[in-house]
Amino acid sequence: MAETESVLSKNVELLPETKKIKGGSSTLGRVAKYTGMRIVTLAITVVVALYLTIVIANMGGYVDEIRRAQIREDVGSKVANDPTMRNVPAEIKRAKIDELVRLQEKRYGMDRPFITRSATYLTDAITLNLGYALKMNSNSGSKSVRNILLERLPPTLLLFATADILLFFLSLFFALILSRQYGSFFDKLLITLTPLSSAPGWFYGIFLILILSAILKVLPFGGMVDAPPPSSPISYFLSLLKHMLLPVLALTLSQIFIEVFSWRTFFLIYSSEDYVDMAKAKGLTSREIESKYILRPTLPTIITSFALLLIGVWTGAPILETIFSWPGLGRAFFQAIGLFDTPVIIGETVIFSYLLAMTVFLLDIIYALVDPRVKIGGEESAI
Amino acid sequence: MKAILRNFRDLLQYPSAIIGLIMVMGLIVIAIYTLFAIPYNKAIILWRGGEDQWYRYPKYAMPIWVNYFRKDKLPETIALSTVDHPEFKKVEINADGSSLIFIEIPFEYNYDIFPQDLTLIFRSNFVNKAPFVSVSINTPTGEKIRLKNFSITTKQDYRISQDKDLEKKLGGKKPEIGLFSDPNSESPKVLKGLYVIKIEGLTFENGSDFNAEFISYGKVSGLAGTDHLRRDLMIALLWGAPVALAFGLLAAIGTSLTQMIIAATSTWYGGWVDTIIQRITEVNLVLPFLPILIMIGVFYSRSIWVILGAVVILNIFGQGIKTFRAVFMQTKVAPYIEAARAYGASNWRIIFSYLVPRIIPMLIPQFIILIPSYVFLEASLAVLGLGDPTLPTWGKIIDDARANGALFQGWYYWIMEPSVLLMVTGLAFSMLGFALDRVFNPRLRGQ
Repeated sequence: MAETESVLSKNVELLPETKKIKGGSSTLGRVAKYTGMRIVTLAITVVVALYLTIVIANMGGYVDEIRRAQIREDVGSKVANDPTMRNVPAEIKRAKIDELVRLQEKRYGMDRPFITRSATYLTDAITLNLGYALKMNSNSGSKSVRNILLERLPPTLLLFATADILLFFLSLFFALILSRQYGSFFDKLLITLTPLSSAPGWFYGIFLILILSAILKVLPFGGMVDAPPPSSPISYFLSLLKHMLLPVLALTLSQIFIEVFSWRTFFLIYSSEDYVDMAKAKGLTSREIESKYILRPTLPTIITSFALLLIGVWTGAPILETIFSWPGLGRAFFQAIGLFDTPVIIGETVIFSYLLAMTVFLLDIIYALVDPRVKIGGEESAI
Repeated sequence: MKAILRNFRDLLQYPSAIIGLIMVMGLIVIAIYTLFAIPYNKAIILWRGGEDQWYRYPKYAMPIWVNYFRKDKLPETIALSTVDHPEFKKVEINADGSSLIFIEIPFEYNYDIFPQDLTLIFRSNFVNKAPFVSVSINTPTGEKIRLKNFSITTKQDYRISQDKDLEKKLGGKKPEIGLFSDPNSESPKVLKGLYVIKIEGLTFENGSDFNAEFISYGKVSGLAGTDHLRRDLMIALLWGAPVALAFGLLAAIGTSLTQMIIAATSTWYGGWVDTIIQRITEVNLVLPFLPILIMIGVFYSRSIWVILGAVVILNIFGQGIKTFRAVFMQTKVAPYIEAARAYGASNWRIIFSYLVPRIIPMLIPQFIILIPSYVFLEASLAVLGLGDPTLPTWGKIIDDARANGALFQGWYYWIMEPSVLLMVTGLAFSMLGFALDRVFNPRLRGQ
């Protein structure tokens, strides 16, 4: 959704304003102070977001119910498999099970009211202490949700970081070129193609798999590396590259037109400023004008719009990875849905909150570095 | 009124707007047609009806129009029943109450490709002793091939294609190939012409009778093809239109309106109200939208209305607020607002009568551009297996197709049809929306 809105928002600041940053004499000090403040704000934001996630996940104690059922099942199977309990009469066995269930529930804090329970859940979520998966395992055989998720984090980061960086520079490159040739054929072509960005990455993924994998058979259907994985690092890397090509292409295709379109519009707005005319009159080269007078003041706006784009891209991760069988967080999410593995589902939601916050934070730092208002300690907000 | 007309005339200067408008109209027409032609209840019964509903349809059949693009024509389904054609059946009743039943089902097979599957379905009624039948087929060369002799229960399906004895008799060829092969051809080639299924039956009781239906499942069916459960995809393709439009429109209206009102309130009151709303917007930004929807879908309800509600609630403090707020900030200091304040208009009056209408030109394009993202959101959830359990939608066809390996098996029609419709919907609204944006917000039009 973010990408469609960004077109209309144009030169509107979407990241939190750089409000009243006083003190800190050096540039570095001001940037550090800004960053510190942003860390604190974002940390609070993440805590609130995580708490909301928990409240939604446990609305009406639904998750508690699932957990209770799980405890009963575990205890039941433990007692059934216990050799010392084999010849014990059924009533005593049942009483024993009830007693064990009660103890286990107490251990999990199930007897306390939701407010206190949610506080425990919140601290657990913040420290990524996400409990144990009901059915899924990590590759090393661990049942811990944290291990399962951390194991799948690198492929996701690799895929999305590559696609995002590629998207950023490609969009910047094309936007600059097109802003120079306003009204040309390619500019009009871009405007015609912009509506294509209404479809998400996974949707283009289906088309790309259909054409390049199913019909032309030149690229793999999915996965991260060939099976079995190549032994030498170079062929491993090449195989990885081959598998990454389609998902990265799908993501790029779905976002690039709208990004180029809106960034080109930013450039056009800024290039009609008086100081640009002034620079032209001074006889500066167009390259100099572009980098110092157009790109420089547009960068903060661009980074803001890019942040929104990235948030939109993260949202699509579960489906994109599922379509391409990419062994990352998103696909694990899909598997968890299929297995109704509640701890993993909640854990995924938590980790996606973190990923979003980190994305915003990372772009905030870059924002601080490129926005002169942060560096020189401007008083006014960025609107 | 005049302004609307003028804007409309402006809009028609953009080819993309015209194309978009035509596509939107087309979708609306399809949606309305569907609602009348296949009412909700009927669609649900059809879509969720199992083998009983769809036993006359082949599995994984391509749409019928693929035959226009091929030299070797794919077979259609032939289904002939003695209930519909009483002339196929002759009954001789003996004095002791038993009867001889002769059934001859003739059919022309003029396709270049062998059928997918052959089945004989028997329905009989008896009290103690089941009727006995012997089945054979006459090929166009006049040869008679015996298929099988057996007694039939009240509901008996004889799956000719799975008859291993027959396969042995035909020299190891699958029955649907062996029975229709040209005996003089080396490679399996269809022998075209008139085939006759012959059933000689014997009933042993007074009033005992049976009917037979022969089905040769083809490889093409209907204008949309069929899926793994023999269902005609057309139902889901048609029903996808009203569902997608309703979901997209309602979600877009819900989110745009709430965001606009909140933004107006936020700017008008300013101060701590504004600060709080801004902070909530920031929290909302890192709230993982799709994962939470998935959570709601998995834990609570997959009903499309619940999901719609959740989408609107999660977007109340969405990023649109920042966009609207920027416009309201400029409007807030406009002289007419000052005038309104001077004559003592209340805060709510100013917000709803003066601020909000001001933003309508900006709202309309944004709202139309938003629609596709919600249409795709619904499809995304369906692809994750969280689609509404009762409604047939485009996303669910894609999900079914993917789960059954349509891309690997070459059943491209199955995945392409809903995808193309989704793409058309997405393009229609965004083309229209972008054009409207340029008309209503001319500051972006020229540079």
